[in-house]
Amino acid sequence: MLQVKGKGIGKGVAIGRIFFYDKGDQQVNRTSISDTAAELARFEEAKAKAQEQLGRLYEKALEDVGEENAAIFEVHQMMLDDDDYLDSIKDIINNEKLCAEYAVATTGENFAEMFANMEDDYFKARSADVKDISERVVRILSGASEISDLTEPVILVAEDLAPSETVQFDKSKLLAFVTHLGSANSHTAILARMMNLPAVIGIDIDPAWNGKQAIVDGYTGTVTIEPDDELMKEMLAVKQKDEERRNLLQQLKGKPTISKSGKKIRLYANIGGVKDTGAALDNDAEGVGLFRSEFLYLESEDFPSEDTQFEAYKTVAQNMGDKQVVIRTLDLGADKQVDYFDLGHEDNPAMGYRAIRICLDRPEIFRTQLRAIFRASAYGNLAIMFPMIISLDEVLQCKKYIEEVKEELKAEGIPYKDDVEIGIMIETPAAAVISETLAKEVDFFSIGTNDLTQYTLAIDRQNAKLENINDSHHPAVLELIRMTIENGHKGGAWVGICGELAADTSLTKTFLDFGVDELSVSPSFILPVRDAVINAE
Amino acid sequence: MKSFNYVITDEVGIHARPAGQLVQAVKALTSKVTIEANGKSAEATKLMMVMALGAKKGTEVTVKVEGADEDADVVKVEEFFKANF
Repeated sequence: MLQVKGKGIGKGVAIGRIFFYDKGDQQVNRTSISDTAAELARFEEAKAKAQEQLGRLYEKALEDVGEENAAIFEVHQMMLDDDDYLDSIKDIINNEKLCAEYAVATTGENFAEMFANMEDDYFKARSADVKDISERVVRILSGASEISDLTEPVILVAEDLAPSETVQFDKSKLLAFVTHLGSANSHTAILARMMNLPAVIGIDIDPAWNGKQAIVDGYTGTVTIEPDDELMKEMLAVKQKDEERRNLLQQLKGKPTISKSGKKIRLYANIGGVKDTGAALDNDAEGVGLFRSEFLYLESEDFPSEDTQFEAYKTVAQNMGDKQVVIRTLDLGADKQVDYFDLGHEDNPAMGYRAIRICLDRPEIFRTQLRAIFRASAYGNLAIMFPMIISLDEVLQCKKYIEEVKEELKAEGIPYKDDVEIGIMIETPAAAVISETLAKEVDFFSIGTNDLTQYTLAIDRQNAKLENINDSHHPAVLELIRMTIENGHKGGAWVGICGELAADTSLTKTFLDFGVDELSVSPSFILPVRDAVINAE
Repeated sequence: MKSFNYVITDEVGIHARPAGQLVQAVKALTSKVTIEANGKSAEATKLMMVMALGAKKGTEVTVKVEGADEDADVVKVEEFFKANF
């Protein structure tokens, strides 16, 4: 039995087998072989397996993200069947008598190079596809385990997880996350909370753990490899207690979110994609307070079209019925990067070219999204909000684009709702300080506590070394929240909180005292927060 | 040998997915189909080479069809181009 301590993120306990996710650079050796027929057979077998994986990924993506985004896996299947590509691999094995791994890697590099040298951006980007299929085959040849091969749910152990990786995981196959890097506000952490899974970060992980039985305790931040019977018994009891508490919370479904002194608030859900609406409704969300639209961009190989976006927004609007759905426009940049945006390297990305700054600088991207949102507004109760606002001018520019888009739709005879509520995120100290002015221009504020804390305390939330002084209950942060709520009300705007702090039940009473109108939290936190509101004075 | 010229109207050009479908369609024919564009030439059964032509919107391509069934096949290939590119 081996116990390691880190920082617990997602609450709860998971018991299961470890899957060590190693995405690291594959070392391919130039190994000579003598039996070329056997080596060719090895390659054919690996290729068939890769085709099978791609077929499964296509089916899964079709279900999760729709046809247009799933097509990439079909393209990969076709590329892997390309005659020239296959001939080159077989040539290297037959004539140079080198191993299949080397043949595939070299061929992949050559073809990737060919595309990378093309002029047109679209064809340039295909270079990544060739690399991707080649790496897949090499991984299979070298016997590395693939997450898509899993048959039972596992504890995922990795160095770190990027948003673009996490979207590929089949969520029904995950029990818990354990990572080396990351902080309490990293994407791993947000994902764990979203999925209501235990997670521990800051662990010195070891590839030798792969396949071993383990316990992840999100309460204490402990990971135990090959636990003994005694600990197993103890942890099973904790799991059972969690289960009981969950059942108790289930009884709060359908009850109004109203405090003992009669203060009623709206309890909304944060969602990161179309498929999260199920969890939101299951947990009795009264609406969606933060629909992160980035997933459309992160899961895509190129700018998602107006129609693709429209379908996603429309589906969420329809799924939620007459409940309000607040769509936050594109919030990329900083720690969320997408290749085709070509954002370039920044030394200080959190303070850099991101979110609304990209949108106002590249209006063609912004307009496409606004048109898609307004078209979808005809199918439900949508609202729209803009991230990373720092000035009145930005708000006025956003509103001007909205007016233009509405005019266009009207001229084209496309239906939309005229009274879509418009709001902004208050996540910079600048916006909080001038919130009285901003409130007069919008219908609502949503306070993003993660970034507000980061900018107020000047603490990079991705930096694990600063975790111990990253105090989200800092009086300065709480004062900015209080002030924003007061100023919002003065200017006639309702005010919600959608950052991680909204789910912190030790602050629920404080937020009620501040006069907050709405709290938006991960679906799994809706019932615990309702419980906290009901029990507050 | 039969041939036809065609100017690409699709926004992205001969891009991956329809190019893959073209490869599959041509493999079902008996004729040998060659595409010429931008001074390069590619056999239509070879996906990566077809993509490497870099045919974009406005590019004029020449498609050559050669074989025993070329009269029937050239019609099918031309229809495919009109429908997809």
